[in-house]
Amino acid sequence: MTMTRREFIKFTGLGLAASSLGMLGFGAAGVAQAAAVRPFKLTHATETRNTCTYCSVACGILIYSMGDRAKNALSNIIHIEGDPDHPVNRGTLCPKGSALLDIVHAPTRLKAPRYREPGSAEFKEVSWDFALDRIARLMKDDRDKHFQATNAAGTTVNRWTSIGMLAASASSSETSFLTWKVTRSLGMVVFDNQARV
Amino acid sequence: MTNTWQDIRNANLVIVMGGNAAEAHPCGFKWVIEAKIENGAKLVVVDPRFTRTASVADYYAPIRPGTDIAFLSGVMRYLLEKDAIQHEYVRSYTNAGLIVREGYAFQDGLFSGYEEARHGYDRSTWDYELDEKGFAKSDDTWQDPRCVINLLKQHVARYTPEMVSRICGTPQDKFLHICELIAATAAPEKAMTSLFALGWTQHTVGSQNIRAMAMVQLLLGNIGVAGGGMNALRGHSNIQGLTDVGLLSNLMPGYLTLPNDRETTFDDYMKTRLFKPLRDGQTSYWQNYRKFVVSLQKALYGDAATAENNWAYDWLPKLDIPLYDVIKAFEMMNNGELTGYICQGFNPLQAFPDRGKIRRGLSKLKFLVTMDPLDTETSRFWQDFGPQNPAKPSEIQTEVFQLPTTCFAEESGSLVNSARWLQWHWKAAEAPGIAKSDIWIMTGIFQRLRELYRKEGGAFPDPVLNLTWKYTDPRAPDPEELAKEMNGRALTDLTDATTGAVTKGGTLLDSFAQLRDDGSTSAGCWIFTGSFTEKGNMMARRDATDPREQGIAPNWAWAWPANRRILYNRASADVNGKAWNPKKPIIEWNGTRWVGLDVPDYGPTVKPTDGVGPFIMNAEGMGRLFARDLMADGPFPEHYEPMESPVDNVLHPKVAHNPVARVFADDRANFGKREDFPYVATTYRLTEHFHFWTKHALINAILQPEEFVEIGEALAKEKGIEQGGWVKVSSKRGEVVCKAYVTKRIKPLTVDGKPTHVIGVPLHWGFTGQARKGYGANTLTPSVGDANTQTPEFKAFLVNVEKTTAPVAA
Repeated sequence: MTMTRREFIKFTGLGLAASSLGMLGFGAAGVAQAAAVRPFKLTHATETRNTCTYCSVACGILIYSMGDRAKNALSNIIHIEGDPDHPVNRGTLCPKGSALLDIVHAPTRLKAPRYREPGSAEFKEVSWDFALDRIARLMKDDRDKHFQATNAAGTTVNRWTSIGMLAASASSSETSFLTWKVTRSLGMVVFDNQARV
Repeated sequence: MTNTWQDIRNANLVIVMGGNAAEAHPCGFKWVIEAKIENGAKLVVVDPRFTRTASVADYYAPIRPGTDIAFLSGVMRYLLEKDAIQHEYVRSYTNAGLIVREGYAFQDGLFSGYEEARHGYDRSTWDYELDEKGFAKSDDTWQDPRCVINLLKQHVARYTPEMVSRICGTPQDKFLHICELIAATAAPEKAMTSLFALGWTQHTVGSQNIRAMAMVQLLLGNIGVAGGGMNALRGHSNIQGLTDVGLLSNLMPGYLTLPNDRETTFDDYMKTRLFKPLRDGQTSYWQNYRKFVVSLQKALYGDAATAENNWAYDWLPKLDIPLYDVIKAFEMMNNGELTGYICQGFNPLQAFPDRGKIRRGLSKLKFLVTMDPLDTETSRFWQDFGPQNPAKPSEIQTEVFQLPTTCFAEESGSLVNSARWLQWHWKAAEAPGIAKSDIWIMTGIFQRLRELYRKEGGAFPDPVLNLTWKYTDPRAPDPEELAKEMNGRALTDLTDATTGAVTKGGTLLDSFAQLRDDGSTSAGCWIFTGSFTEKGNMMARRDATDPREQGIAPNWAWAWPANRRILYNRASADVNGKAWNPKKPIIEWNGTRWVGLDVPDYGPTVKPTDGVGPFIMNAEGMGRLFARDLMADGPFPEHYEPMESPVDNVLHPKVAHNPVARVFADDRANFGKREDFPYVATTYRLTEHFHFWTKHALINAILQPEEFVEIGEALAKEKGIEQGGWVKVSSKRGEVVCKAYVTKRIKPLTVDGKPTHVIGVPLHWGFTGQARKGYGANTLTPSVGDANTQTPEFKAFLVNVEKTTAPVAA
């Protein structure tokens, strides 16, 4: 008998359901339901190749989500495992990578912009427009006030030292290039990422 | 990493020092086990703690935190004394025979040119004697007392096994056994690989720690070969990429550097970046620097960067000091010199030294922006969380914007791994709520600023108005478009001078060799050129074929530069082009060109007999045992005690610490004395956690739920501390109250005749997420950095520890 990996999962899953669950006293309907849910969990999922977000071993991972990427279908990530084809990790993940699903769905994932007024003891939810308009205003006002076009000797230096930025070393290189463009075009020099630490 | 993760399997000896790969990089560490099983390799671990890496080592030796240079200088002394070096390699491929100019000297802990007032060196004597053509003089017989190898011998002569043991606390027999194991890899066909991480960087002598091992590797002929190299096991998933793209205060993409105030014109800027060869006929590849920087300016400013305006040179910010690093940033913040701070996926309240200073600094800002998938401590620094974050919100006037971002699973793009592979990943789901990508957010801020400058005018709007933004969706640029922008294009038809081949204008480039300095090419990051070509996205390649299973896998993703997997691989072959190790050749000369498993790190048709050195990025073409004037703290590494140290510097008591470390006055006042804080502390990660993120993940929060410190049995007994009992650990800067894990894995060391205890401080806890609240290791750590990079000294500082009682439940 030849079977694909998924058929094998289906097959063993059904066998398990028929034997152990049956013995636990589930009726035929329960067995059928369990069989439908467990073995098919990943066969119905959409597989996406990605890279573990933690260290620089950069283990290949497979992300499984429900939803078929149709226009109005929201994907829900249900499982993450090591990519067996990846030449470095060969399917393995460490205690951090194995728990990636929990960081994707962490209860402390942020869902909307929040703002804290001076002196306030709490955050309040705000719109993106409010947040970005206000940030741009604060940045421009400070840049116009503190931008150094020349130094004491009168030479052109075009730098801005009164607003600083830390960039994210878990963000993509594409994100980082765009970030570099924006910050340097403004003349920003107080600028680092985790590589400094 | 100079080599790849899988290449570790080719090693005969793996030395892990300054890192703990088994716990911090578990899936990469499998290649060490593979080396042991398949290649009969030995694993040596030198670490203050008996780590899990040590637990599978063939040989382990303890060392006092912050003394690695003494250990490695002792190794060099041993190798030179026993003549256990790879002679042909050292003679032909390193600067061992080059002659150093008169005036260079080292005495009583100081190199020549020290200027006390500015805590810096005039480095002009740290260079070669030049002949009339401007080439370095050499003595291939090594008879001249001023040739590098003899100066090195002289420099390391003080590091006898007795001295190493006295400084490091490593028993002499263990030190000597490790020297023997290392020396065996001087054989041309043997290789040692060095695996290290923040255990080396996070010291006031961090860069020199790494240099010391690089010098050991050069002496042994272990750079450029299979199973060899200097392998920095990097931290975050794209920390290599952000370094490559230059998101550091002094950098531009591709390791180009920002100009400084003295470089008032583009020609001035180029003068120090011409990299004229220091020996006849050398490649000195940085001679192409002008092509890279002009192509960058074309990528940034398009048609607005012209020959007439010197490629918009004036639009680049100029630096008045070497670095605006993070320690400097928080010093400025505390002095009221910063108005706003933007933290993109970064949690400085947890990550930077002297947490109290970080909190005080943030409180002085007018505004703080955080962009993160998670609810970080930094974004809530103003909120009272009890002793772990005492704050009075009513007294803090900082406006805070907490912006929610996508995480890895919700975006596409590339990440550069530790081995310089650019690997593409794909989006699997939408972000929760109305969270947005960093690209969308940065674009939103930029477009608003640009609009304000258009409408209102303001300070120097030119670069803001002229920045190229030719994306299909200007509000949310596609990562593929950004990748192509970094890769670069021909802007007009380009004709290759030798082959006559024409590259059509608008075409994506295949190689940085095509870049020009006349404005006819653009490339946002020249070392990435070749990653996204007309053939497609090379970073998305998934052919894992690995000829001879040598760990190269040339068609998996794409590696910078030029898809080269092993850096300096020309040095894997002898002067005639034959592999030192015939069983594991990387490239060899076939009579007409260099061929092999990897892309040659060398001119592909340059004859071995032409005498071109294998280190083509260096002006002398050679590996540097003597660093010339390129390091702030000396051309040779020297042992300096950590800023907080339990002992005197026995080599030169008057110059105890790194004499060119930059220390701000308030930070100096916050250094503790050994009488008050008698124990050495060091920080580290646990295998169950990644920095301050995984405490937000339920499984990890269950695995390691609460803050603790590790204390050896002897000290615990002396202080009456029980297993799992509560302790107060204090430094001059603050205190942490947590549980003690009493362990056999840290034993007291005998340093200069006195017992020295080391306390381990894992760093993962804060006050947001699902784990229990903690104070954070950075409550204790000193605010001072490496003299070259300003990376904070987290790995060696002083604390006191006392038994205490459980805190009263709030």
